[in-house]
Amino acid sequence: MEFIDYYKVLGVDKNATPEDIKKAYRKLARKLHPDLNPNDKEAHKKFQQLNEANEVLSDPEKRKKYDQYGKDWQQAEQFENARQSQQRSQGFRRETFSGDFEEGDFSDFFRSMFGDMGDYRQRQTKFRGEDYNAELQLNLTDVYRTHQQVLTVNGKNIRITIPAGVENRQKIKIKAHGAPGINGGPNGDLYITFHIANNTKFKRDGNDLQTTVDIDLYTAVLGGEITIDTLDGKVKLTVKPGTQNGTKIRLKGKGFPVYKKEGEFGDLIVIFQIKIPTNLTEKQKELFEQLSKLSS
Amino acid sequence: MLDEFCASHGVETSFIRLLEEHGLIEIIIINQTLCVPTRELPRLEQIVRLHQELNINLEGIDAINNLLQRIEDMQDEIIKLRNKISFYEEEDK
Repeated sequence: MEFIDYYKVLGVDKNATPEDIKKAYRKLARKLHPDLNPNDKEAHKKFQQLNEANEVLSDPEKRKKYDQYGKDWQQAEQFENARQSQQRSQGFRRETFSGDFEEGDFSDFFRSMFGDMGDYRQRQTKFRGEDYNAELQLNLTDVYRTHQQVLTVNGKNIRITIPAGVENRQKIKIKAHGAPGINGGPNGDLYITFHIANNTKFKRDGNDLQTTVDIDLYTAVLGGEITIDTLDGKVKLTVKPGTQNGTKIRLKGKGFPVYKKEGEFGDLIVIFQIKIPTNLTEKQKELFEQLSKLSS
Repeated sequence: MLDEFCASHGVETSFIRLLEEHGLIEIIIINQTLCVPTRELPRLEQIVRLHQELNINLEGIDAINNLLQRIEDMQDEIIKLRNKISFYEEEDK
């Protein structure tokens, strides 16, 4: 268990007045409050430390004990007993912010020195529960259509709707499905990060898909009709005569669904890769030679 | 319902009306009762926390909301760009 320098946390010196402490606390809380630092675990951790520091230094009794024992806090048991009897006869007015702050977030150092805060909390503010973070692995074909899925988070089954078109690494918030609030405070939120594996032959670029299609030399030269795969089934495609290798064509609306825009789709980009015939027969070789002579 | 929200969050109805006047949230009337649309609740709770816990006035909350929205948009953009980079990295392989 590590000693925590609460003065350092608040950025004040040991002679700081209650006003200095209050001012420093307010200033840092405005910087580190979880509502102003969404998804920033480091800021949340610092905010909890800040609350803890304020809890101690804004309370004359706790501050006295902290100053007196400092690094030797483990020998402060006697002081704790005295404090408890005194606290029964007089209340303290302290301000504490909620955010993600909850009882379990006090450091071991704090609990060791001041015990748990059960009695105090019941008279105080409601605390929002902790946010949960979860990761969900899906295939690209899973997110081609909006679907529902049941997740088990901390032993509880939660049915969530996964909208079509969700991006790889995208994070969504499920309101109030985090840890329960303390003292009737609101539940935390559940954040789900999607990791989408591409199980198709298509490459995804936002809402567009890209695929490479092989066509034979004769179709490329003379033109023709081919059938290609899309995520939505097969489509027929006309190849223009004289199509060059690497030609790209865009099939409107045959790409990936646009996130939360029902019925809207990106495009499918088809790149033609012309296959040059190999292992020619004598006859074929002869004909190509004739062609070559005609062209020169 | 607005009254229920105010009672459970310890705020005055007048405060919520003020938020509406500032254009920070939307209030709707259902069966002659003032209600907060469900989609507005997370934002309203956040506003209440910022106001009660950090003493931020409505102009400040408006500025914070705009900046948070910009951060969220930028984070979305980062995700899209990272995915785009992956797309081209795959292409190079």
